[in-house]
Amino acid sequence: MTLWKRFATNRGAVIGLIILLCVIAIALLAPVIYPGGPWKMVQRPFLVPFTNGDLPLGTDTLGRDVAAGLVHGARVSLLVGLVSTVMALLIGVPLGALAGFYGGYVDEGAMRFTEFFQTIPNFALAIVLVAILEPTLGSITLAIAIVSWPPVARLVRAEVMSLKRREFVEAAHLAGLSNTRILVSEVLPNAISPIIVMASLMVATAILLESSLSFLGLGDPNIMSWGYMIGAARTVIRSAWWLSFMPGVAILLTVLALNLIGEGLNDAFNPHLKKGRT
Amino acid sequence: MTDAILSIDSLTIDLPIGADRPHAVEDVSFDLNKGEILCVVGESGSGKSMTANALMGLLPDGVTVGKGRAMFDGKDVLTLPEAQKQAMRGARIGMIFQEPMTALNPLMRIGDQIAEVFAAHNLLSGSERRARALALVKEVGLPDPEKIIRAYPFQLSGGQRQRAMIAMALALEPEILIADEPTTALDVTTQAQILRLILALREKHGMAVMFITHDFGVVAEIADRVIVMRYGQIVEAGIAKQVLESPQHEYTRALLDAIPTGTVPELAPITTAPALEIRHLNKIYRTGGSPFRAAREVRAVNDVSLTIAKGEVVGLVGESGSGKSTLGRAVVRLVTPDSGQVLVGGVDMAALDENELRKQRHRVQMVFQDPYASLNPRHRILRTLSDGPMAKGVSKQQAHKRALDLLEIVGLGADAATRFPHEFSGGQRQRIGIARALAMDPELIIADEAVSALDVSIQAQVLELLADLRRQMGLSILFITHDLRVAAQVCDRIAVMQYGRLVEVGPVRDVFHAPKQAYTRELLAAVPGAGWAMEKEDATA
Repeated sequence: MTLWKRFATNRGAVIGLIILLCVIAIALLAPVIYPGGPWKMVQRPFLVPFTNGDLPLGTDTLGRDVAAGLVHGARVSLLVGLVSTVMALLIGVPLGALAGFYGGYVDEGAMRFTEFFQTIPNFALAIVLVAILEPTLGSITLAIAIVSWPPVARLVRAEVMSLKRREFVEAAHLAGLSNTRILVSEVLPNAISPIIVMASLMVATAILLESSLSFLGLGDPNIMSWGYMIGAARTVIRSAWWLSFMPGVAILLTVLALNLIGEGLNDAFNPHLKKGRT
Repeated sequence: MTDAILSIDSLTIDLPIGADRPHAVEDVSFDLNKGEILCVVGESGSGKSMTANALMGLLPDGVTVGKGRAMFDGKDVLTLPEAQKQAMRGARIGMIFQEPMTALNPLMRIGDQIAEVFAAHNLLSGSERRARALALVKEVGLPDPEKIIRAYPFQLSGGQRQRAMIAMALALEPEILIADEPTTALDVTTQAQILRLILALREKHGMAVMFITHDFGVVAEIADRVIVMRYGQIVEAGIAKQVLESPQHEYTRALLDAIPTGTVPELAPITTAPALEIRHLNKIYRTGGSPFRAAREVRAVNDVSLTIAKGEVVGLVGESGSGKSTLGRAVVRLVTPDSGQVLVGGVDMAALDENELRKQRHRVQMVFQDPYASLNPRHRILRTLSDGPMAKGVSKQQAHKRALDLLEIVGLGADAATRFPHEFSGGQRQRIGIARALAMDPELIIADEAVSALDVSIQAQVLELLADLRRQMGLSILFITHDLRVAAQVCDRIAVMQYGRLVEVGPVRDVFHAPKQAYTRELLAAVPGAGWAMEKEDATA
């Protein structure tokens, strides 16, 4: 069976993929759907959802269109999630690979460095980083990347350590290939599947982190994001609950979709692990 | 004979849709008589283990019994409700498995595991259970029973674990014992002991044994009757002696012919120029150790000297833990020896630094044991075969051309080049492994248990290929194996290793027919079906 076929047998994963594709499409089409942007005041404030045909999700405390905010917020969430994950992989994969492959002092050094980051609570470190840097989209992304690479390094290290003892790697040594070449072309390609699974889950975590930061008011003030919307509406949660509820659902669906995809990928890459489960 | 204790009638086991065939087992019928040992023989995928699992109600998910009955004590065990199956398992039908390490609970003491069998069936009181456990441990011949029942599985050797498993299976005195390849993971001498134990227990308890194996040597040793299976069907059944001496079905004949017989080949003319010279090689493994405690030392290779002439095949034989693999790996420098020299074509491989070593690597190549782990699953065969030569400086065109030629030579055909390893069977992969070694034009090839993971008929083909290549190319090979029969078939000389030392080196004929050392004699005597193989040899001579 091909990878796609195995993935497709997991119904949850397919649903997740469909949701994610919808979110991506909405994010890409945001300037077309709401060319006016999310900040424009279009109606009276606190318009209840489903009462006005033009503004299906109502308006917020300042009379801005909630639907426009959600659509534009999707861009931010996905962008931050994706870019920060790529950055975390760029730090974590090489570090973990070197540690696992060379062992000894390289391993000790790399792992102590990793533990240094792991001992600080993720969210606290992210807050500190954003507070020190300016609250721009770039620095938020960087902060998220910096707090989320250690697990990648650990995973890659473990994978490389088990792969480097495999006979085909020994055969590559015997063929006289250089260490770098063995690591890059023999070992790492075989470690790719757990990395992909982890990356899909990291995107979800990054979206949550970005929302949490925005909720606390540490987001980029010039950019509409889901977390910012919840944060701005929390003071009126008793009178206008839908203002927090709508972006909350958006976050829930996106993160759920990514988790479903992650699990589906995991099952697709490791078909033998699935057999025991019913 | 009509005193069948278990009679299986047209058993068919369905595989899930999409498997390589519709039925794991198809229309199989046989009887198991009281007190007899019935061997079920077949290669991997023949359905022999599935049959046993079906009887125990241990079929994997998606695999179901299609039709047929298995009558035991007037009831069909295949259709019993789960509760009754549970009561029957252990109490009336016992089972022992291939891998004693994974079949025992690693976190539970041996005595407790045996006592648990009684507990599971609500029999006896706590102290009686312990007493029975102790008695059972004694009965299966475990040394120092008082100590053993308090030991954890990791503290026992493979053979001892298998004895503990047998003690568990015997606890409730089952009428039937199903043994699924119980000796395959063990050394020859241990295997011989376990086989003797099963024979003795059969005498004592009068239980019927269904013994699943792929090894006709084992069959010759213990079987009363034999069933030969292929692709889920019984191709031949009968009294063991008859099947072994005059097999009716061509598949049985092919299997029997494929067994390395211990027939000694004529010596090839040998030049005196050495391909490999090992001088006083030592390798010590140290584990644990701290400023307060001395490290545990294992002398894996202890002052070994050995010479292999150009064009000669030397077999390195020993049990697991004898250091034979470490020696092979030290020669290719996957392990760096502590002291001593490894001279290959005048270059001391043991003394090179990393850069020099990379340039000299091509002189010695290795064929690995596990055909599934030895090829990079993400590289096409062409790349697997040409990466090495290209690193050596051969041009891309030449490397590719040579790779295609080699694929022809090892009998796979050039069109294999564009495929991935998972598209090949175990035997084919091993051919690719051999081609990869040859691609480097080595002066010496180390074959580390290169055929151990293969079925007998495939094993015979790969051995034949090696013999062919050797004739054509004048290869020098260090052939590491635990199987004396295989060694006898391909080697000119045999070196026997024990506890890291070479105890005996000599031409195959001498080692086999006039072994000088007690240990060598012990090894030879332990080979299953040794007597029968000798008869066979005499008959053909």
